Order: sequence, then structure tokens, then C-alpha cells
Amino acid sequence: MKNAIDPKIIFDFPVLEKKVNGSRLVYLDNAATTQKPRNVIDSISNYYIQHNGNPHRGAHTLSVEATSLYDNAKETVKNFINADSKDEIIFTKNSTESLNLLASSLSSFFKEGDEILLCISEHHSNILPWMRLSKDNNLKLNYLYIDDQGNIPESEYKKINSRTKLVSIAQMSNVLGTIFPVREISQMAHEKGAIVVIDAAQSIPHIKVDVKDIDADFLVFSAHKMLGPMGIGVLYGKKHLLDNMPPFLLGGDMIEYVYEDYATYAEVPFKFEAGTQNVEGAVGLEAAIHYIEKIGLQNIEAHEKMLTEYAMQEMLKIPYINIYGPTNLEKHGGIISFNVKDVHPHDVSTVLDSYGVASRAGHHCCQPLMRYMGINASVRISFYLYNSLEDIDIFIESIKNVRKWLGYGS
Amino acid sequence: MDLSQIYTQLIMEHNKNTHNKRPLDEPTTVEHGHNPSCGDDITLNLIEKNGLIVDASFTGSGCAISQASTSIMIDLIKGKSTEEALELAELFIKMIKKEIEDDSELEKLEDAVAFENISNMPARVKCAVLPWHTLEEALKK
Repeated sequence: MKNAIDPKIIFDFPVLEKKVNGSRLVYLDNAATTQKPRNVIDSISNYYIQHNGNPHRGAHTLSVEATSLYDNAKETVKNFINADSKDEIIFTKNSTESLNLLASSLSSFFKEGDEILLCISEHHSNILPWMRLSKDNNLKLNYLYIDDQGNIPESEYKKINSRTKLVSIAQMSNVLGTIFPVREISQMAHEKGAIVVIDAAQSIPHIKVDVKDIDADFLVFSAHKMLGPMGIGVLYGKKHLLDNMPPFLLGGDMIEYVYEDYATYAEVPFKFEAGTQNVEGAVGLEAAIHYIEKIGLQNIEAHEKMLTEYAMQEMLKIPYINIYGPTNLEKHGGIISFNVKDVHPHDVSTVLDSYGVASRAGHHCCQPLMRYMGINASVRISFYLYNSLEDIDIFIESIKNVRKWLGYGS
Repeated sequence: MDLSQIYTQLIMEHNKNTHNKRPLDEPTTVEHGHNPSCGDDITLNLIEKNGLIVDASFTGSGCAISQASTSIMIDLIKGKSTEEALELAELFIKMIKKEIEDDSELEKLEDAVAFENISNMPARVKCAVLPWHTLEEALKK
């Protein structure tokens, strides 16, 4: 198999040189968070060495530099997702905060009896804010259910109807790796006049996401899942929608005038960015986007497809492994959830760790999905651009030892 | 980390042997315990009579560590007074926190000392202490 990505890029990621329990670190927990290339680490350190000031506030040189770096990062994000204007880019803490902002600031769009539609495979962060909004306003929360291949059957889309006011769905499932047809879902929702929210936390690090192509009204993602730092995320929103939404957090820098008994708010996007913003995060996110663009999302997607195909092929040879989600790799990102017969996922993860293999075990913040699938928990491995076929080989060799450690013959 | 210090023979035996994993007829106390982050989920059933734990069992699901810890705990507390059982729970949790200075105290925990090395694996501590916290909650009722 030919590599779409030069294997030497592993040296761009200092932490990947680390030994874990005496073995080379094989990092397969990329759906939880990704490792950082040196240019991202350096950009943050350089920000504090050269430029740190409070953006949008001062007339002094450092404040002006910080403002310019912050604004440039927005321009880079805008181009990365093909938004119309950088005013449509709001920096938040992460996808979770972006979704909470939406559920709070969109509340006046709904009236009693309206419906919100999610998919059963949503992460808790794309369920709980809508659940509270629904309970507080007597809205109905509906779910699209998936089939045993992890896809949404055509018949489920009947749930998009004239009462549906908002559809919020992850483009890629963080448990099953399914890539959902968000462009088609968005079109169906818009035909019924519903607002479309796309959670791109799992998709945007791995595949090209174009907000115009999928016609998302809102799109959320987190920097740390795409080589960037923790603590910064993005909310994209169509300008005319953002203009009509009240602010989420109130405080410094999001105002126009403040009097003793009333205030007026700043324009979008500043209206949604209260308090001193995370400039180091914005700078780090911009550096991460530059790194991804240097490698090329098409190459990243091809590389991960190769890894996923190889891992699936090798895992299917092991009779005591049960894989969840689609086997059709066309609709599959680099995430594989599975269980080992007789062994609890946490024990699997602990044994893998003893061989230096980082995996995730648990319900992956998707309790409704796990309940729907009739399992308590699963093990998850997830790939990124720095993983190699050798990583998969080490994982496969390690997984073959799991049952022995737990006292089962093979 | 040496896996053989964690997945000891005793722990493996209790994980596979289900003599304590069964429903209990007419329990006097039922307490539910779970680790929300990982899905370990147990229900502890106790029959207390005149201040003594005359029978105990559990149901539920979880990893080898949580299942074995629950089973070993049940073997230990059966026939003990509720006060003694509470003291043992306290002692077990102290052992895991490495707060015990006099090693001879550990003898009271009998087979449960098999979990002493879990302290070296922070990610799995919550699995081992789950049944003991559940027991504390049950006995405080």
C-alpha cells in the first residue's frame, strides 16, 4: 500500500517520541484529542515571547499585535471552512460551549410544540443543551435512529416535518465512525424551514468541510481534535441568524454602551465574545490549520482510509472481536469501536496501554447510543495523519494478548 | 506498570467465578453504585439481621477489577457486623489511597489486599473502590 503521507511527519510531533511502559507510544485515541505538531507548540510559545497583550482594548503596540493575531486567526478559519466573512466566526471554548451558546441564544426562535431533531448517535454535548431547551419551553425532542450498519435508513427522514424547527447532527459519529449525509439532511431540513446545526468536531480534522457546500446554518468544532490547543473552539453561523440572536455571556468587550439600568451590545461576532479572549488558542488553531493545509485534507483522508481498511481487515480475522458500525468504508471515518469477547472494555484498554497503545474505553459520552445498541461500553481506536500501518500491527499484536491476561485461553 | 500485579490470579478467579453474582431474595438493603465515566454499574444486595450481615450478593456489569473487588468484598463482609463492615470499607479505601502506615492493619482485609497495587494505576482506582463506596452508602441508610 502506498502512503499518501510521508511517514517522517511523525518527527513533527514531539510527544510521539515518548515511551509508554517501555514501548513506543502508539497513539490511537485521536477522536478524544490529537497530538500537537511543533509549529503549533512554537506558535503559542512565540505569542507569549513576542506579542502578548489584551486584544481589542489598548492603543499600545502589544495590544494591537494581539488584536491582529486574533483577527488573522479568524480569517484563516473563515477560509478553511469557506464562510462568507470572518464576522461569521465566533471563538468559544470548544464544540460543547458552541452548542450551549446556540441552545441558549436560539431559545426565542421556538414556540411550544415545536420539534428539535437529533440523531441517536449524538455526543452528550449535542443532546443535553437541546434537552434542557426542550424541557424549559415544552418542545419535543426527536431522534433519527440508525440501522445495524450505523447508517440512518431513508424512512427515518420522515421525522423531518413542518413542526421541525431545528436539526442538529454530528457529521461523523465519535463512536461508530459513520459519516452522515449532512448535505442531504440539510436540504431536507431547509425544505421544511428548519435551522441546521452541524457538529463537525469529529469530521473537520479529517475531511474537507465547506459550510456552503453542506449549507449549514451553524457549524461547531474544537481545535484540540485537529492538532490545535485545548480551550478554543469555533461557532460558525450565518450572519443574518447571528444578528438576530441575543448574546450568551455578558461582560467586557461585548458591549456598545452600558448605563446604570440598560445596555446595548456590540455587533456580531463581538456580541458573542465576552471577556478577554483566548489569543494563544486562536494563534495555535491557526497554526494547526496551516499544518493540515500543508499536508492536505485529501491526503489525510486517503491515509486514514488506508489505515482503517487495514485495521478492519486484520480485526475481522480475530474471531473474538466484535466490531460496531458500518463495514462500508465509503461512509466511514478513521474510528473503530469494538469489544473483545468476555473482557470489559476497560480491561482491554489497560492491557493495550501496557504495550504502549493508547485507546479509549467506555460509553464515549454517548449513553443513548450505547443503550440503543444494547451494550454498556466499547473500546475505541481512532486514527490520524501521524499513525502508520506499523501502529496497527502493534495494536493487533497487543489485542491478541488481551484475553490471556484476563485468564482466558485465547 | 506490570500487568501481572493488577490481573492477579485471585482477581481473575473472582472475575470469572460468579458465586456472589446472583439476585437475593428479600434483601433488607439494596444500593446502586456506578462509575458514570466508564459504565461500571453494580447493585449490592444485603440482608441484615440484628446488626449482622447474614447474606450479600451483587448484580450488574463492569470491568474485571470492579467485579472482582465486589465479589471479594462480599466474601469478606458476610457474617460481620455492620460496624465491622464499615471499618473494613474505610480500611480498604485508605489502603488504595496509600494512607496506611502499619502494614499489619491490612491483614483484616484478607483477600482484598490483592488490590493494593491498584494505587499505582490511577485510571483504575475508581473501579476497585466502587463496591466499597457502595457498601458505605448502603450501611449509612
